[in-house]
Amino acid sequence: MLIIYAVAALGLLGLLFGIFLALAARFFAVDTDPMVEAVKDELPGANCGACGYAGCSSFAEAVVSGEAKTNGCIPGGDETAKAIAELLGREVSSSAQPVATVFCIGDCFKTEDKFIYDGVTDCEVAGNFIGGFKVCGYGCLGLGNCVEACLFDAIKIGEHGLPVVDVEKCTGCGLCAKACPRTIIKMLPKGENGHLVLCNSHDRGKTVSKACEVGCIACKACVKVCPEEAIVMEDNLAVIDLEKCTDCGKCVEKCPPGTIFRRNAIPTEEQALAYAAEKATESA
Amino acid sequence: MGSAVFKGGIHPDYHKEITASMAVSKMKAPSTVVIPLQQHIGAPCEPLDGIEEGVRVKMGQKIADSSGFVSAPIHASVSGTIKTIGAYNHPLGRPVKAITIESDEQEEWDEKVKPPGNIDDLSPDDLRKIIREAGIVGLGGATFPAHVKLSPPPEKKIDCVVINGAECEPYLTADHRIMLEKPEEIIYGLKLMIKALGAEKGVIGIEENKADAISVMEQAVAGEENITVAPLHTKYPQGAEKMLILVTTGRKVPSGGLPLDIGVVNHNVGTAVAITNAVREGKPLIERVVTITGSGINKPANLLIRVGTLVSDVIEVCGGLKEDTRKLITGGPMMGLAQPNADMPVIKGTSGILALTDQDVYIAESSPCIRCAKCVEACPVQLLPTSIAQAAEHDLFKKAEKLHAMDCFECGCCSYVCPSKIPLTQWIRVAKAEIAKANKK
Repeated sequence: MLIIYAVAALGLLGLLFGIFLALAARFFAVDTDPMVEAVKDELPGANCGACGYAGCSSFAEAVVSGEAKTNGCIPGGDETAKAIAELLGREVSSSAQPVATVFCIGDCFKTEDKFIYDGVTDCEVAGNFIGGFKVCGYGCLGLGNCVEACLFDAIKIGEHGLPVVDVEKCTGCGLCAKACPRTIIKMLPKGENGHLVLCNSHDRGKTVSKACEVGCIACKACVKVCPEEAIVMEDNLAVIDLEKCTDCGKCVEKCPPGTIFRRNAIPTEEQALAYAAEKATESA
Repeated sequence: MGSAVFKGGIHPDYHKEITASMAVSKMKAPSTVVIPLQQHIGAPCEPLDGIEEGVRVKMGQKIADSSGFVSAPIHASVSGTIKTIGAYNHPLGRPVKAITIESDEQEEWDEKVKPPGNIDDLSPDDLRKIIREAGIVGLGGATFPAHVKLSPPPEKKIDCVVINGAECEPYLTADHRIMLEKPEEIIYGLKLMIKALGAEKGVIGIEENKADAISVMEQAVAGEENITVAPLHTKYPQGAEKMLILVTTGRKVPSGGLPLDIGVVNHNVGTAVAITNAVREGKPLIERVVTITGSGINKPANLLIRVGTLVSDVIEVCGGLKEDTRKLITGGPMMGLAQPNADMPVIKGTSGILALTDQDVYIAESSPCIRCAKCVEACPVQLLPTSIAQAAEHDLFKKAEKLHAMDCFECGCCSYVCPSKIPLTQWIRVAKAEIAKANKK
C-alpha cells in the first residue's frame, strides 16, 4: 500500500512542478532575436574578444543591430563573414585576416644569456628581473606568455626557445601579441609576399652584435639598396613597408647579420636545430 | 626574556663559522668608487650644485641630496676628482644614476666633518638633523633612512628602542663582529636614539648562536639601568622587525601597521655605531662592514668597505672567486639579491657578498603544488603563501590583496621549505608590486 502512496505523491508533485514550469516558461520568457542566435551559431564560440566586444554573444547582437560589420570576427575569417552576410542578407565583404608573426629569430643558439634564470616562468616577471636573462633586452625570452594566451593551440615554444606559429591554426585574434611584454609578436595580413626585418632590438649596432648573431645592427645597408624606398630606420631598427615591398630580395643579400627574410622563408625550428648541430660539430 | 618564540620560521644551515672568528679589517680605499644616488628607500638624490664632471671633492663631502623627507643624502667616500655622472649597474637590478670618483689617494677629509660640540647640549631635533645630514640609513639591509624612524608623529609615544643584533641571515657575520668589537659605540648610539625619541628603555636582541657577543654586550650594559640584552632563540627570520619586537617586548605589530604604532622603534647594531660616529665625530656614513663569504670565495673576510667600492674590487682583495663559482649574491642567501656579475658598487645596504659554488647551488625545476602546507607552517607572519602565489599566477591580484600579500616581508621561508620548488616568494613579490601599482592609481 505504501508504495502506491509514494508513487502517487511523487507523481502529483511532478505534475504540479511541470505545470508551474510550463507557465513560467510562457510568462517569464525573454524575447530573443532568432537572428542573433543564428549569427551566434555561425561564430567560432571562443569568446576571444578580438572583435572588440565582450564575447561571441555581444558581437552577434552588434552585427544584427548593424553596429558591427559582418566581417568583424577575425578568427572566423572569410567563411564566417560570408555565412553571416548571407543570414542577414547583406553584402559580402571579405576580411583581411591577420596572422601572428614573431619578430625575433635570436634563438637560444644564436644569442647569449646573462645568467641562469630559474624563477617564475613568466616573460613579464623574468623581463623585469635585471632586465631579463638574455643579453638582448628586446629579444624573446621564450617563457611562453603567448602560448598561455592562445585559445586555439596555434603557438608553441620550439626547442630552439622561440615561439612557433601554426599558420593553419592561427585565427589572427591577436591575443598573443597583447600578451607579449616585449611586443615581439605583431599581427600582419595573411600572405607570403613581402620581406621582414625579424628583429625587435632598438639597441645600437655594437650592443646588438655582442648580444645576438642575427640582430639588426642598424647599418642601413638595406635602406640604401632598396629601389622602392620601402625600408626606413626607426630608432636603430630597420622596418620594411609591406605595401611598398616588391620582393626583389636585394636587401636580403646586403644584410650583414642576415636579419631579413621573405615571409615564406622565415627560419624554422628545424633550421635552428640543424644550425645548432652544425655549430656543435664545428666546436668539437 | 629569551624564552619567547615567534610562530613559523625555519632552521637553515648557518655557515657562520667561515667568518665568525675573523676580526673586521679595513679594506684599502679603491682607486675608483661608483656612488649610486639611490641607496635608501625613498626619494632618490640629485647631485648638488657644483657637483659635476672634473670637480674635486673631499672625503665625507655631501655630493647629493633630495628635498624629500624620506631620503638620505650621499657623501663622497674618497677624496678625488669626479670622472662621470651617469647610469651604472646597481645591486637592485637596474642601472641607477651614479657619481664615479677617481681617488687621488690623499684621503683628505672635508672641513665640515668635525665633532658638533657638546653632545649633552644637543636637543632631539639637533640629533635628528645630524643623523640626517650624515646620510645614515638602516644598515641591516632595508636601508630605511634612520632619521625618519627617529621622527615619530607627536601623537605616537615611543617608549622602547629595540636594537637588532639577531643577524639571522645565514653566512653573515658583520653584525656579530660589530657587537664583539664596538660594544661601547652600540650602547652609546642606543642612548642617543633613546634621547632623540624620548624613550624609556632599550633592548638589544641577539641570537643564542652568538654566545660571545651576548656576553660582551652584557658586560657593556652592566651599570646601565634602562638597557638590557635579550638572548633569542636561533631561528630564521628572528632579525625581521616584527619578529624581533614580538620576542623582545611581547608586543605584536598589527597587520599593515608599523612598530611605532605599538611604541617601539627598531634599529640595527651597525646603524647604532654609525649614529655614534656621526654625533661624536661628525663623520657621515661613507663606509660599512661587509661579510665576504661563501664556498666560492678564496679568502673570506669581514671588511670595512667604502661605499661605492666595486664588488669586483672587493672580491679581488679576497683572493678572487673559485673556478666553479655559480652564484653571486649581495646580502645573505635568504633575502639577498642574486647578481649577474660583479660590476656594481657596494652600497649602504650591502651587508654581505656571497659567492656559492656548484655544490651549494641547486637549480630546481618546479612542479605543481601538492598542498602539503609546509609554506603555511613556515610563514612567520601566518600567511598562505601557496594561495597568494596561485592568485598571482592567474593575475588575481585583488584576491592576493585579500590574502594579505602586503604583509609579506619576503623572508623566503616558503620558497625554502617548498618540496615542489615553487618560487613562492617571487610570485608574492609579483603580487605585491601589482597591488602597489593598482593602489597608486
